Amino acid sequence: MMPGPWQVRRVSKETPDTFTLVLEPLNGGRGGFRPGQFSMLWVFGVGELPISISGDPAEEKSLTYTVRSVGPATQALISRSVGQELGVRGPFGAGWPVDQARGRDVLVVAGGIGLAPLRPVIYHVLDHRKDYGRLVIAYGARSPRDLLYRKELAQWARQKDVQVLTTVDYGGVSWRGRVGVVTSLFRFMRLQPARTTAMVCGPEIMMRLVARELTTRGLAAGDLYLSMERNMKCGVGFCGHCQWGPHFICKDGPVFPYSRIAPLLDRYEL
Amino acid sequence: MEIQSLEKVIAEHEFFSDLESYYTALLVSCASNVRFEAGKYLWREGEEANAFYLIREGRIAVEINPPQRKPIIVDTVGEGDVLGWSWLLPPYVWKFSARAVDGTRAVALDGKCLRNKCEQNHDLGYEMLKRFSQIMNRRLDATRIQLLDLYATR
Repeated sequence: MMPGPWQVRRVSKETPDTFTLVLEPLNGGRGGFRPGQFSMLWVFGVGELPISISGDPAEEKSLTYTVRSVGPATQALISRSVGQELGVRGPFGAGWPVDQARGRDVLVVAGGIGLAPLRPVIYHVLDHRKDYGRLVIAYGARSPRDLLYRKELAQWARQKDVQVLTTVDYGGVSWRGRVGVVTSLFRFMRLQPARTTAMVCGPEIMMRLVARELTTRGLAAGDLYLSMERNMKCGVGFCGHCQWGPHFICKDGPVFPYSRIAPLLDRYEL
Repeated sequence: MEIQSLEKVIAEHEFFSDLESYYTALLVSCASNVRFEAGKYLWREGEEANAFYLIREGRIAVEINPPQRKPIIVDTVGEGDVLGWSWLLPPYVWKFSARAVDGTRAVALDGKCLRNKCEQNHDLGYEMLKRFSQIMNRRLDATRIQLLDLYATR
């Protein structure tokens, strides 16, 4: 439960308010995680935050996090400079079902910063290309300048059997891509529901709408996974801060099959 | 020759895919093939609305022009989509501007011509309203979701 000391090795700006930090362990620690897991990152003197790991799961010497500044703690996190230390606990939680998805098409649906926890899935599928069918990435953001990993999106789109679809909620006149909600991308997908596993991450209401739309299009609720978010503190299901109905999101999740959580998603004020 | 190919294009377009051929034949006399170069405005906000478009290829941006700000794209439509419903409802005026983002091919359907046909043949009018209602419903849903500003900082 004690955080280990890690050092910032690289900081890169993704959007005006979102940065990616690459951390390496001090004192002989190691990386290694399953796609979808998160760590508790401690900015000394400021606080501790649950942050999804956004790097390549094959990379064992470092851990990568993409962080959006939404308050004092996240601002302190993204303001770390190369060489500064952070405390890291974890990785925690149940990840994306990359093993169950073997032999199937993989549909990744992300909204906003939700692409960060899904990037390890994309890396994993691309690293094990023969084990999976088509990879479809549907990504929605607020505006063109809020799109994460733009260079990588373009690289992924050039790969065989990979389809990348992006959209934004509104764009300036220089934007040449799509404008519309993320569900508007589904009609371009050539989805084969019976052989597709979908992994969805974004604002909760977006995931609810995406889940409804995908099940309407024939995807089984058991083949659809969502990554939930609540106020996580301990990371191991002791403190109860992230309890959501009968689930502790930090331990039982953050990734859940839709079939297990659908009733909770429709419950008011939960 | 062109009429035959237009009928096929209309019949195969997603918007009219299950429309009986009798109605497709009625639509053809109001239809024409059109092309728009990238950057060209199909119409601007406030102009008379007298057509809608079945997009075959390319992309059209639907823009709003806020005062003292640059225009904002609020929607895009592409292959398989339908653009424009203001031709159907009085006062037949475009509420937004439409600009070709890429070179775009479409079938234009003349609104006045079609309104007359719908008045003469209410079954055709009902078929049109059913289809446009779905488009309006989908876009109203999308607009409500966009209004939530889902990805904004809370």
